[in-house]
Amino acid sequence: MTGALEAALLTRRETGGKCLVPYLTGGLGELWLETIQAAAVSGADAIEIGIPFSDPVMDGPTIQLANDKALASGVTPQLILDRLRGSDIGVPTAVMTYGNIAYRMGYQRFASSLAQSGVSGCILPDIPLEEVTPWADAADAAGVETVLLAAPTTPDERLVRIAQRSSGFVYGVGLLGITGVRDRLADSAKVIAKRLKEVTDRPVLVGVGVGTPTQAVEVCAEADGVVVGSAMVQRMLDGGGPEGVAELIGEFRSALDEHY
Amino acid sequence: MSAEASDIVERPQNAMADPSAEGRFGEFGGIYVPETLVPACQELDRAFRSAWADPAFRDELKNLLTHYAGRPSPVTQCENLSEELGCRILLKREDLNHTGSHKINNVLGQALLARRMGKSRLVAETGAGQHGVATATAAALFDMECVVYMGTVDIARQELNVFRMKLLGSEVRAAESGSKTLKDAVNEAMRHWVAAVESTHYCLGSVMGPHPYPWMVREFHRVIGDEAAEQCATLLGGGSPDVVVACVGGGSNAAGIFSGFADTEAALVGVEPAGGAAVGRAVPGIVHGSHSYLMQDEWGQVLEAQSISAGLDYPGIGPEHAHLAATGRARYEPVTDAQVVDAFQLLARTEGIIAALESAHGLAWIVQAREELAGKTVLLNLSGRGDKDVAQMMDVLA
Repeated sequence: MTGALEAALLTRRETGGKCLVPYLTGGLGELWLETIQAAAVSGADAIEIGIPFSDPVMDGPTIQLANDKALASGVTPQLILDRLRGSDIGVPTAVMTYGNIAYRMGYQRFASSLAQSGVSGCILPDIPLEEVTPWADAADAAGVETVLLAAPTTPDERLVRIAQRSSGFVYGVGLLGITGVRDRLADSAKVIAKRLKEVTDRPVLVGVGVGTPTQAVEVCAEADGVVVGSAMVQRMLDGGGPEGVAELIGEFRSALDEHY
Repeated sequence: MSAEASDIVERPQNAMADPSAEGRFGEFGGIYVPETLVPACQELDRAFRSAWADPAFRDELKNLLTHYAGRPSPVTQCENLSEELGCRILLKREDLNHTGSHKINNVLGQALLARRMGKSRLVAETGAGQHGVATATAAALFDMECVVYMGTVDIARQELNVFRMKLLGSEVRAAESGSKTLKDAVNEAMRHWVAAVESTHYCLGSVMGPHPYPWMVREFHRVIGDEAAEQCATLLGGGSPDVVVACVGGGSNAAGIFSGFADTEAALVGVEPAGGAAVGRAVPGIVHGSHSYLMQDEWGQVLEAQSISAGLDYPGIGPEHAHLAATGRARYEPVTDAQVVDAFQLLARTEGIIAALESAHGLAWIVQAREELAGKTVLLNLSGRGDKDVAQMMDVLA
């Protein structure tokens, strides 16, 4: 069965367009939920909602700072999920957090909390293929899509297994490194997209190091779409509010729609 | 069944066995890292297995440990301290190794392995700076580039070791996030490794992190326990000590000495700082690559440890220690900073040995447990020397 996240991304692809998935930090500032809602009506196909974690090893300075600020304001995973519950976002959502947040709540309880809050998917970047089964089984049972990451260092045969176990989309890591905006798109971004496209029919989105509309257009020569995190979160940190983030998403959307 | 046979059955059997192929010690361990690092961990696992089975590698390491690091380290019988405390105290003198702690054992092994794998750079985290200094030393010896991450709080309290690392040609980078101590230095080192994994070996300094690190680092420190078992057998007429004690942050020196006594009747005691007692709280979690005990809040946010000793100021513990605690083969006891300060002075005064604050934790527990230990033979792993802590203690005791 195809989940809501994967269905939305497939619909975009089938109509010839490219998928745009912004990452926004949950609990960052008073208007984080309004920011997510604004993103949904500005051209996002789905939204990744970050649940802050104290030790985000895959994240660069921007998302670390956003995590720290949100945690300092007293945000908890439950608080974020409670606010999402009953809120109409308008597009499918996936949460991105780290394994210990899910593990501490209990995999089954975390998965069912996501489902009850209307969250379609979940990304846990420090739970790789070798360790994912207990989580993925719980997520499957609750109807939550488990998005797995594939990296430039992933060997070919492993890429196949990752694509098979992943649902929602396959997350291609665009470069060797942590999240953050770079001056130029790494060559590895298109390479990982191309390698993934050769082994899977699922949507292939590239994130990490995709920070500008130009870079998004460039990587979408191979990829089905992009995940844009630090650029969006920086806009939140700068006090851009729902309008500022919506404007930035609009810029990515226009650039992708013009080229594809 | 004869009495003799039942004695044999009661001895622990293979209590510190190798982990499963998935890197598990019982339910603990595993490989919880971003996908980018999984292939590197798997490559390291293969490389370590091959090297550890290769007599040429073992000979080269042994040669370095003997002629460069100064092994074997002696076992010292403490007449004065024994008399004062009412138990027989033996010290395994890892403080006498080159660079001043047990850390050199692991680092020489990993640097040799990195070279064998064709990696030209090392990245490391450090708390007190002992692992950082050891890594910087190995990098100098093997002509490798080296970057060491250290929390800004630790940089301030361990100025001497920062300068030593620079003198040895390494770059010391400040970890400014979170608690600005060892936990955050590990985060930064892992982030660095994610970006530089193709050229760089992560020289992790304790029995923690993703598989194969907890196992590999224990194996590189096994020499402590193997030597001590032989030395104790000589001193004690073939027997083992009644109790083997070591301080525990991540747990590398404890894993090293425990491995020599795990299958004897000796009690094994790991001593944690009260403000960083991961086993004491016994809540399982996932961070820095493994499933183990972890200080965390009710939502899984990692808590900041608090300890006078930078080397033990860590909210987690290596997964094999969690397993040893869960199986009951080892016990873990907390001591306070104040007890540690007293023990630090006691050893200096009675035996003329200035211990690292980390190692003073072990003695602090012995002092606390002196009634229970009366008349027993206690082997304490004196994991490092205290020169690095003298400036800090001048302030504490002022």
